[in-house]
Amino acid sequence: MILECDNVTLGYELHPAVHHLSIQIERGTLMALVGPNGAGKTTLLKGFMGQVSPLEGSITLHDIQRSDIAYLPQLNQVDRSFPLSVQEMVSLGTWRETGAFGRLRKQHKQRVASALNQLGLSGFEKRLIGSLSGGQMQRVLFARLLVQEADLILLDEPFTGIDSRTTHDLMHLIESWHQSGKTIIAVLHDLDQVKNHFPHSLLLSREPIAYGATNDVLTKENWLKARQLNEAFDEHADHCGHD
Amino acid sequence: MFDYLISPFLEFAFMQRALMGCLAISVSAAPIGVFLMLRRMSLTGDAMAHAILPGAAVGFLVAGLSIEAMTIGGIVAGCLVAVLSGLVSRLTDVAEDASMAAFYLISLSVGVLIISVNGSQVDLLHVLFGSALALNNDALYLLAGICTVTLFALAILFRPLVVECMDSQFLQSVSRLSPLAHFSFLVLVVLNLVGGFNALGTLMSVGMMILPSASARYWVKGLDMLLVLSCLLAIISCYAGLLLSYHVGWPTSPSIILILGSFYVLSFLFGMNGSMMSKLSKPKHLSA
Repeated sequence: MILECDNVTLGYELHPAVHHLSIQIERGTLMALVGPNGAGKTTLLKGFMGQVSPLEGSITLHDIQRSDIAYLPQLNQVDRSFPLSVQEMVSLGTWRETGAFGRLRKQHKQRVASALNQLGLSGFEKRLIGSLSGGQMQRVLFARLLVQEADLILLDEPFTGIDSRTTHDLMHLIESWHQSGKTIIAVLHDLDQVKNHFPHSLLLSREPIAYGATNDVLTKENWLKARQLNEAFDEHADHCGHD
Repeated sequence: MFDYLISPFLEFAFMQRALMGCLAISVSAAPIGVFLMLRRMSLTGDAMAHAILPGAAVGFLVAGLSIEAMTIGGIVAGCLVAVLSGLVSRLTDVAEDASMAAFYLISLSVGVLIISVNGSQVDLLHVLFGSALALNNDALYLLAGICTVTLFALAILFRPLVVECMDSQFLQSVSRLSPLAHFSFLVLVVLNLVGGFNALGTLMSVGMMILPSASARYWVKGLDMLLVLSCLLAIISCYAGLLLSYHVGWPTSPSIILILGSFYVLSFLFGMNGSMMSKLSKPKHLSA
């Protein structure tokens, strides 16, 4: 096991975004995190990283540190007008070794070059990130993930607004990570993609609806239940009496 | 030409002091301005410039026109406004720009009140517009000290600051430096504004931060070149502004800021990146 949630409630200002979730995620799992908008998917990823503290319950990492987690933010969370080159952006993936103050060594530069090459970005090194298309930028962020060499990889909507060719290439990379034993959790909206590529799924609608093999999770009944729960959000709900 | 450009700085000690003080604040404040602009906090710099006024005023009340007292007062007031507005925005539903605006307005009104009730109009003018030509040794040491601290702090905080500007979620995922980078940066802003008000005054010192970076953005694209060109523009403006002030008899700080303003106008008209000229003169498109 790499990650365990024990009766976890995550939220903001007492409002639960994720309500009483208990799951165990095995090392090497390729898992999709699905649910309607506002279901708490991004909040759960932030909970895994320790950026949002549980209001109740606990999240435990087994045999890894928080610094062993690599996170892909949603594309719109990155300020692409910032005057940074592709190479500088991807080099940030070495942060775990170089920290805030260390310099890039030869092996780091080789790793960055290799990641750029693997993502088809050779020749783009000096380009500013502001001059890239959405698909190219997502490749840059994946190259940064590659350089991080993390055991647990969290992807927040990695294919939103990305063309099918890039999606296909990046999905191939995710599958190669899976084959090499990494644990990957991805927030996704395309259910066909989830069914085709992700063996495990967690359907979330602030409350966990189902967790397990994707075909058992993504049933019509479960999805209907998820939508009903999501639409029943009560701004003036009573205090939770859950045991 | 020599008489016009060099002689004033050879003949008069007050011109040498003014030049040294302004150069120190140039290489210190201009890089801070680049990060303010990239963080879309240019107006925050302006707000902070107003926020340090009551601290300087209390320093003046306690010890008269003392550099040390007014500087310490300014730093305390600026940091207090930065920390309070940050805290209020994190503990309540209000965004940081709104709480910053509220606190700087309160701070400014307190400052004007203190000076109006207890000082004279001359004192108020000194705090608002500075007196670069009257910099004494203490003021020069202060400016050099602030410059040194700022450059060292920027060198140490450079990477966290860059990542916090561009992709704060990534920084939060790999380190816990995000709040440290944010508040250290605000302290550097306050330090430079306080340093700047001795030479240029509270209202004008923010110009030394914002105008060089805003102008440089029209000429260069990379962050390293942006930092270098901003410093260069600030240095040239200080030199030219002091000469203008000396030969024409204009006040120093508006002269320096006006030169910077001229650079800005030239830049948005004729710069190579996104200026009016480059937009008008561009062919419709390149070939595919």
